[in-house]
Amino acid sequence: MIATRHPLLSRLVRHAGRIALTVVLGGLLGATLVRLAPGFGVDEAELDSRLSSQSIAALRASQSGSDSVASFYWNYLSRLAHGDLGISRSLQQPVAELLRERTPGTAKSVALGLLLGWLLGLSLAVAVVMSRSWGVDLLASLLGGTLLCLPAAVLALLFLIARMPGRLVLALIVFPNIFRYTRNLLVRSAASPHVLTARAKGLGNFTVFFWHILRPAAPQLLALAGVSVSIAFTASIPVEALCDLPGLGQLAWKAALSRDLYLLVTLTMIVAVVTLGANSIADLLGHALSDHSSEVPA
Amino acid sequence: MKWARLFGIGFLIVVTFACVFANFVAPSYAHQFRDEPDAAPSRQHLLGTDDLGRDRFARVLYGTRVSLLLAPAAALVSSLLAVLIGGTAGFLGGWVERSVMAATDLFLSLPWLFLLITVRALLPLNVSPITSVAITFALLGCLGWAAAARVICADARSLAHSDFILLARASGSSGLRLLWRQVVPNLRPIVFAQFWISIPVFILTEANLGVLGLGVAEPLPSWGSLLRELQSYSAITGQPWQFVPLILFVVVVSCFHLVLLEQESPA
Repeated sequence: MIATRHPLLSRLVRHAGRIALTVVLGGLLGATLVRLAPGFGVDEAELDSRLSSQSIAALRASQSGSDSVASFYWNYLSRLAHGDLGISRSLQQPVAELLRERTPGTAKSVALGLLLGWLLGLSLAVAVVMSRSWGVDLLASLLGGTLLCLPAAVLALLFLIARMPGRLVLALIVFPNIFRYTRNLLVRSAASPHVLTARAKGLGNFTVFFWHILRPAAPQLLALAGVSVSIAFTASIPVEALCDLPGLGQLAWKAALSRDLYLLVTLTMIVAVVTLGANSIADLLGHALSDHSSEVPA
Repeated sequence: MKWARLFGIGFLIVVTFACVFANFVAPSYAHQFRDEPDAAPSRQHLLGTDDLGRDRFARVLYGTRVSLLLAPAAALVSSLLAVLIGGTAGFLGGWVERSVMAATDLFLSLPWLFLLITVRALLPLNVSPITSVAITFALLGCLGWAAAARVICADARSLAHSDFILLARASGSSGLRLLWRQVVPNLRPIVFAQFWISIPVFILTEANLGVLGLGVAEPLPSWGSLLRELQSYSAITGQPWQFVPLILFVVVVSCFHLVLLEQESPA
């Protein structure tokens, strides 16, 4: 009843439920992985020949934690409910503190990367559609295609060699994905019969583009915006690791190299929730836009 | 765009042949010419040597072989998993499809590289080169099925409601037989497209992992480890031939995209 009356509210609840489910299931999966991973409860310090058998036993007791996956997960969840994300084994610091330190750096890089990537991708896609010139299309497609074939890690290395700011790499990773999909979307939209009719009726280029080409494609572009957040976060690992930018990506890389699974699983969960949240917002906005468009008389 | 597709296919065939027969055209990738570290290109070493005196041309060929042969193998594994999961869910429909697709969506929401390095970190990092190759590409194959499963599920759903399936049901075909004899063969084109799309994705991911030191272990070369050499590149003592693996990498990955270009074209 409520769902039919308030479709937006129903969608909101569905998305919130999905995020909650991701946290619960992802947390369970992560806790299972951490608990069953080879080497769980073992510390490299045990290899220190100076330690006595009692010290090694004490070290093992401090590392082992709960025995079963269920009790391990329960402890993990109850700690999480109290805002305690545990302590990183490799960095010997509370995970919450590490996140507080590193999140602003990644947020800045990702925001800048998304902003520049979208600006470049959208501008070039619009230029291709508006100019209808094969030369512009070829040049833009070549640029996008080449960047699409370069791994983020290599772009980061090239930026290091050229002594350019590493944060810009994220923009070059986001750009080709945005350009490719936006271009295809706008070209398809521009070829629709209603656009031809609008042009035949003498509407100006600007009006035709905004009202008849861009607007119908807006929900899909919003969906792409959600996906681009995930792309930027994924690229942040190699970029921050290689360009020495202190952020969540660099933290994840260090955690992986030192097999700090607890930290790694927590980081993955947090980034997953952020990207899922971004996708949900994009989806809700897209639906709101489609509903609004359908209400506007033709 | 037919010429571009033909160029892509032709180039991939040439590179694959050169890599498969690397043993005949280049010395061993691990052999060290101790008197000639960091040597410039010469008749003996076409791309010079690296800082350990290993022939760079040989390493490029062997590294390309590792990536070019194992990325399709990983793509095959992920495509088969996608058919199994997505195809079955789409064919059965109902709550099975809804549950499987919800799980797939959750899986897709996990950022790809974060998920990959988490699972990679679960396994021992200090392993033999061959084991590291197997681990890297097996992980790619086992974790890369979700996007393909979604597409295959949608296709299987539409096939399950098509007339010829209705006819087959009316002729007395059972569920499993129907799936195996009627649905799966008709999924072939979409599975092949998903397989082909996965290859460059896996090559790029392996390169990212390799540069980060989480991919194929030394001394076995792969594109990831070859590209990592750029880390020691200095613009002052520039050795431009160090960029050859990168150029080859870009051209090969572009060729995979070119082969798909015609199908992706919006027109």
